[in-house]
Amino acid sequence: MNKYLLYPGCSMESSGKAYGESINAILEPLDIQFEEIDDWNCCGATEYLGINLIPAYSLIARNLALASRQSAAQMDGTRTVVAPCSACYLNLAKADYYMQERPSLGVKVNEALAVGDLQYRAGTLDVRHLIDILVYDVGLETIRSKVVRPLHGLKVVPYMGCMLPRPDYQHRWSDHEHPTELDDLLRALGADVIDYPLTTSCCGGHMTQIGPETAFELIRRLVADADERGALLMATVCPMCQMNVDAYQNEMNQYFGTDYHMPILFFTQLMGLAFGRKPEEVGIGLELVSSRNALASIGVEVPVTQEPMAPRQKDEGLPMPRRWTKHEGKEAVK
Amino acid sequence: MPHMTDERVRAGLSREEDLSLLQEVSMKTAGVSHLEMCIQCGTCGGSCPVAMDMDHTPRMLFAMLRAGMRDEVLRSNTPWICVSCYHCVVRCPQEVHIADVMYTLKSMAIHEKLYTDSTAPHFSQTFVDMIETFGRSYELGLASRHYLRHFPLRLPGMMPMGFGMITKGRMAITPKKIKHMDQLKAILKRAKQLELTS
Repeated sequence: MNKYLLYPGCSMESSGKAYGESINAILEPLDIQFEEIDDWNCCGATEYLGINLIPAYSLIARNLALASRQSAAQMDGTRTVVAPCSACYLNLAKADYYMQERPSLGVKVNEALAVGDLQYRAGTLDVRHLIDILVYDVGLETIRSKVVRPLHGLKVVPYMGCMLPRPDYQHRWSDHEHPTELDDLLRALGADVIDYPLTTSCCGGHMTQIGPETAFELIRRLVADADERGALLMATVCPMCQMNVDAYQNEMNQYFGTDYHMPILFFTQLMGLAFGRKPEEVGIGLELVSSRNALASIGVEVPVTQEPMAPRQKDEGLPMPRRWTKHEGKEAVK
Repeated sequence: MPHMTDERVRAGLSREEDLSLLQEVSMKTAGVSHLEMCIQCGTCGGSCPVAMDMDHTPRMLFAMLRAGMRDEVLRSNTPWICVSCYHCVVRCPQEVHIADVMYTLKSMAIHEKLYTDSTAPHFSQTFVDMIETFGRSYELGLASRHYLRHFPLRLPGMMPMGFGMITKGRMAITPKKIKHMDQLKAILKRAKQLELTS
């Protein structure tokens, strides 16, 4: 039995719901026990750090303080906090590291935490990502032994994203730019893993919200390269990457006048399928770019769910603002 | 103490070298920034996936910091375009915490109101407002406030996406709130006081 403290992160209950559902589906077969950090708060994503330093780190550290208190309260308390979201993982790891690298930061953060009757001694917890514990604690052999429906023939590119392997304060990953953990895990499920040099390229992060032209180009590169390599599916470890590639793919296609259809699923959804779970038990169908055809290629039937409305194609009916396109984009926003 | 060297006189420079801006940014950055160690090699700009949209590459921006060009640096869009992918950070031979320096520059630009495009600062501020109210992020509130303000013309094209996210239960209508919101508020209030005194 492997036991850990869990920091789920905000997206697990909303945009990344499929991740949360599929994680729950693989815990039992892998004999993992998660104990959620009680009353955890948002980590601030990439937003708070750019506004106020001490409040941003205090916000993150409140979670570390709650986790260390919860860990200390148990006889067999684990010191490992698992974050399935790459941005949460990075923020927690970053606060833990910088509070040690720059002790004055740690002092101030603890002064703020003290108002809430909390404290955190940096270095007391291990902050790790979900795929880290799956590959290095549970092990690929155990994962392989649980596979009852190998994903033979599923052409998939492994997409690790950027905030997981970098900056890597604790040297946890095989490489900063071309890590192989996700490749190895997908291969253990029997999938036909396609080499993907863009595996740690950026999905655009929050730029889909604040600078869409910048983000669309980054999404296009990822999707176009996966498509050229013959992939039917991308597998991700991060809710932000999933959200950007999935939910903004339609808008990206409109912007460039392209017609890509590249579904992106969480790696845990593929694990669930390989472990014999039904597609609907692991959140398949929640993606906006449907993975039905990709999964049909290996004989997995996905029940039809309601598809989102198709965008209006012709200029008819009520006058509408002009469509956002690459050439008109800049004028249209102003 | 900085002083007028012969080299600076020969180069036609009228000011003595002033590293106060560089030091200020370095001190305000989390961790040990290593900013002073930059050797202007340009690996950062060459590694950046979004350099084409930046006013200045990170290398250029760091040279400007050393030159004390406060206004130009804080008005640059570079920190706002940075996507925090950390490619430059792992490649930098001097281990400059480049992404964290960008966060520092953003917060300085916000405090001095020197950004040129308000889209990104408003987005960050709206996100933080949600956290300071609920303790959790609230995507629907954030998205609707942000898009109505900054991208009203994107909304029609985004309808299918928003509709899909809501019907699939991937975007909650109501926010989630943590139990001990008072505690979090008190911590953040104290943290903001500490920020001002540092």
